[in-house]
Amino acid sequence: MRHLLEVKDLEVKFALWFGELTAIDGISFTLDRGERLGIVGESGAGKSVTGFAIINLISKPGYISAGQILFEGQELNRLPEDEMRSIRGNRISMIFQDPMMTLNPVLTIGTQMIETVLAHENVSKSEAVDIALDKLKKVHIPSPEKRIHQYPHECSGGMRQRIVVAIALLTNPALIIADEPTTALDVTIQAEIMDLLLELCESEKMGLILITHDLGVVSQITEKVIVMYAGKIVESGATQSVVQDPKHPYTRGLLKAIPGIIPPGSRLYQIPGMMPNLTEIPQGCSFHPRCTISESICSTEVPALISKDQHHRMVACHMVK
Amino acid sequence: MFAFIVRRIIQAILVMLVIGLVGFVIQHQIGDPIRDLVGERVTPAEREVIRDQLGLNDPFYVQYFRFVKNACQGDLGLSFFYKKPALKVIVSKAPATIELVIVTALILIIISIPAGIYSAIYPKSWFSRIVMAASTIGVAIPVFLTAIALIYLFGVELNWLPSYGRGETVNIWGWESGFFTWDGLKHLILPSVSLSSIMLPLFIRLVRAEMMEVLETEYIKFAWAKGLHRERVWYIHAFKNTLLPVITVFGVQLGILFAFTILTETVFQWQGMGFMFLEAVERSDTSLLVAYLVVVGVIFVVVNTVVDIVYGFVNPMVRIAGTK
Repeated sequence: MRHLLEVKDLEVKFALWFGELTAIDGISFTLDRGERLGIVGESGAGKSVTGFAIINLISKPGYISAGQILFEGQELNRLPEDEMRSIRGNRISMIFQDPMMTLNPVLTIGTQMIETVLAHENVSKSEAVDIALDKLKKVHIPSPEKRIHQYPHECSGGMRQRIVVAIALLTNPALIIADEPTTALDVTIQAEIMDLLLELCESEKMGLILITHDLGVVSQITEKVIVMYAGKIVESGATQSVVQDPKHPYTRGLLKAIPGIIPPGSRLYQIPGMMPNLTEIPQGCSFHPRCTISESICSTEVPALISKDQHHRMVACHMVK
Repeated sequence: MFAFIVRRIIQAILVMLVIGLVGFVIQHQIGDPIRDLVGERVTPAEREVIRDQLGLNDPFYVQYFRFVKNACQGDLGLSFFYKKPALKVIVSKAPATIELVIVTALILIIISIPAGIYSAIYPKSWFSRIVMAASTIGVAIPVFLTAIALIYLFGVELNWLPSYGRGETVNIWGWESGFFTWDGLKHLILPSVSLSSIMLPLFIRLVRAEMMEVLETEYIKFAWAKGLHRERVWYIHAFKNTLLPVITVFGVQLGILFAFTILTETVFQWQGMGFMFLEAVERSDTSLLVAYLVVVGVIFVVVNTVVDIVYGFVNPMVRIAGTK
């Protein structure tokens, strides 16, 4: 069976004046129709770049230097710009991190919705308005007829993110890429938006790529998960098995770092050290300087991403048997 | 919106009172009006009598109050040279200057916006590089040099365009206009081009810098991710946001343009307020100078208020703040 999305050996580089930096170093994964995938890692791991690479919108001077992105049978990274444009916001929608920044402040919500419909579908303006109203109802916005005449600053943060979700739904996409969709929101609103996304993915049979640093959210929403570190996949597999039995020391660290209910005054766990800068990625396993179980082989040889058990679990670590 | 306008008008009145004070002080510190009024054979005693009659020996605040009272009634004093009310002299000269500034503003808008936007979208194209280089040089060249160079090239060597005066004008309800005759329009070209040359580099760079900044924002990235046509992203999403700061700066600079007309009008013998101002300086026609100061102040304040209101229409956030 063909996958909805298949990313093969994707490599993204940034051409800078002193040379090229590799932001994504040969990652591969697949996503089926209606499937939900989480991409997890710290800031700078290459999660967002992966999301933008799929719709070919990496900001300059970044570019896809190798690999393939297959979506509904088309090779996205080879498509001419105009055909790519007709997929963006149409078959693949994106939800950004900060709803305060993603909506244009000088255009009404209605304008920003209708233009998306008109860019992709051959409908009249009044039909586009109906579609917009319908989607606003789907994301539980009260009195959408009033809202579409308002400007973004007249809505709260949670409301704006719902509107962004509604915009993503406008053309019934097969895939939504959500790049940290709740990071900028209050905890209670985070849960609302996540529930909404889950509900919509199930009812509309949409695929979802959820990019986040929050393994807690990933475990509630997704079926599969990829853990990224310094542009590489270090662990992947079914979300439940990864969360319950993490193999890679980095994944274990991430899980331990989720603040639970702990006695007051005790310190929160943190992974020692920081994500390396792209200009100074360590030799061998890029995680070894921060790793608690590393041995001499880790600083010389790059561990391959290989299957460690029968449940499609892949881990890139010399120490995991 | 109403509260916003009322607030703006109160601010404008305060600004006008300060300008009036400055003008009034200047009038009383520069030169002696009696010396300008009377001949050499008038004795000091007689001069003192005239001084008393004109109220020039009254305390400062009494004189200032009288000045403001008269100014409110449209009386800005008599021009010694023209032997007419100063305001009347200025009003008769104003159309020439206002038309010059209008044409200059149009040139600024028509050139700077497309050039700025193009060079923001394609910063590495040869056109953008030329525009950027030319604007660096343009900032450094003073307006009178540009004016003289233009006169030499188009007026003297090529003999295409007239190089001085307003040409043929038409009187429309008391407004001497050069807009409606071919000759009048031809006369407008060189002065307005040289006047715009001071501001053009600034405006192109401003539009370019603002547009480049807007193109980097999240909402533009989101617009791309929505799969909009690039024309829509550039000319609707990015351009509208670029306009906001540009309008503000434009309003301030439009007032400054009036000041720059002094140089341009002198070089081109343009019979406007700027030309009149320099003549008034030479003749120590202080009432006329003060009247000029007040009138230009009014124009400045009116232009800025109008620009603020226009800004309110473009920026939805200001509109809301005004209605609440």
